[in-house]
Amino acid sequence: MLALFYLFAAISVISAFIVVSARSPINSVIALVVCFLSIAGHYVLLNAQFLAMVHIIVYTGAIMVLFLFVIMLLNLNKATEPMKSLGTRVAAVLAGGLFFITLIAAIRHGISITPANEFDPGVGLVRSVGMSLFNEFLLPFEVSSVLFLSAMVGVVMLGKKEPALRTVTLPVEPLTEAELERRKA
Amino acid sequence: MDQGIITAIRIVPLEHYIVLSFLLFSIGVAGVVFRRNTIIILMCLELMFNSVNLLLTAFSAYHSDPRAQVFVFFIMLVAAAEVTVGLAILVMMKRNVDSVDVNQLNRLKG
Repeated sequence: MLALFYLFAAISVISAFIVVSARSPINSVIALVVCFLSIAGHYVLLNAQFLAMVHIIVYTGAIMVLFLFVIMLLNLNKATEPMKSLGTRVAAVLAGGLFFITLIAAIRHGISITPANEFDPGVGLVRSVGMSLFNEFLLPFEVSSVLFLSAMVGVVMLGKKEPALRTVTLPVEPLTEAELERRKA
Repeated sequence: MDQGIITAIRIVPLEHYIVLSFLLFSIGVAGVVFRRNTIIILMCLELMFNSVNLLLTAFSAYHSDPRAQVFVFFIMLVAAAEVTVGLAILVMMKRNVDSVDVNQLNRLKG
């Protein structure tokens, strides 16, 4: 079990590095898919089977395909991105590393909390999560549909080709002499 | 319930999961600063979302409490809505300034 944990952890960390360092966005997306699949493996190890399935369906199946679709649509597959200056890159690595060290320092002495409940092998299965979701969290679940509706309206508004107001302010071309003659007749 | 189920939280210490999610989150933070391509910055945001989700799930398994997993479910919903809006903004940006470089978006700099 410990070996499986280390295997999945190594896969997720290495693929996360590839996401940041790959030159081509396509390689980044593929590495991120691998990272998400290994995180789904972590969920299975933690006995959170419902979350593992939802994670694979939502992230790997929907979100990453959306990313790939946008890359294909905008023709971004070439590694044309100019790199930032060397100072900014060093600062970025330093910022990430220092952030990590700060977080590690916060838990340096270990975490001494006792489990709040007795160990229950049923936690994380569809039954327990579903009971919790539809009893305690029914209102947030319904409200999230409003969130999706507003996101959908916003996306349609952003993605429209031409805003309706802009057509009004287009300059009107003056009529030619021949056109004036034709209209008089 | 099946007594044969062993979850990793009884064998792998909780600190291991904490360190792993800290590492993933730091890589995401470094990536947001490191890259100029907007689509990769969005991907690093997703990476950070996922490290937090993993930590919440580990705590949920540790405490045997399913409510944290419901919270992770809601985080996934919000992330899905966020990524659609983000990609729509990206498409609009590509159409207007013909680039996906974040350095192009500096009109608020004054």
